[in-house]
Amino acid sequence: MSDKATIIVHSGDLDKIYSALIVANGALAMGMEASLYFTFWGLLRLKKGGLDQGGLSKMNMLGLGRLMIRHRMKKANVASLERLIRDFKELGGKIIACEMTMEIMGVKRQDLNESLIDDYGAVGSYIQEARDAAITLLV
Amino acid sequence: MAEVKVDVRGETCPVPLVEVRKAIKKAAPGDIIEVIGTHPASKKEIPMAAHALSIKILSDEQTGEEWKIRLQI
Repeated sequence: MSDKATIIVHSGDLDKIYSALIVANGALAMGMEASLYFTFWGLLRLKKGGLDQGGLSKMNMLGLGRLMIRHRMKKANVASLERLIRDFKELGGKIIACEMTMEIMGVKRQDLNESLIDDYGAVGSYIQEARDAAITLLV
Repeated sequence: MAEVKVDVRGETCPVPLVEVRKAIKKAAPGDIIEVIGTHPASKKEIPMAAHALSIKILSDEQTGEEWKIRLQI
């Protein structure tokens, strides 16, 4: 086991993207390595301008819940996803984009925030990341 | 030897931890990092992170809502 956390980001929901980035940044801050594998709905959040475009996993209420949560987050001074992903990269976090999802969803590399992505891969890349990770999660 | 100040007053999870980690990454051996903040959980967790990174905690104090932690790389 190495001191590594790896998270499959399958959901594109705003709250789950927050969870993934907060846990991953926490792991880096506490001296672990961290990697995020973006697939399915999660992958769409890597599209240009797409990071904070997800709805809520619960009580989205056609976007009303999302507005309310964003308002509450602002009031509580919660960092933006843009800032969290920038910090994640600055602390050496790794981002992998799922190529099969790109194919299924018709997403091209130029549609994605390529500067954030370290690697494009499939399940083998994820397993390589996860096989010696002490923490593996899926959101 | 430099002394770096990290002011995370008013910031919430995970910003205090992340900002301390960024400062540690930039610091040279012997440098001192002084962190001031107000987020209660971070007061416990910054020393945990320092411990995990084998960084010395020089002091750790609380005044009202504000806490101050001094680390040495």
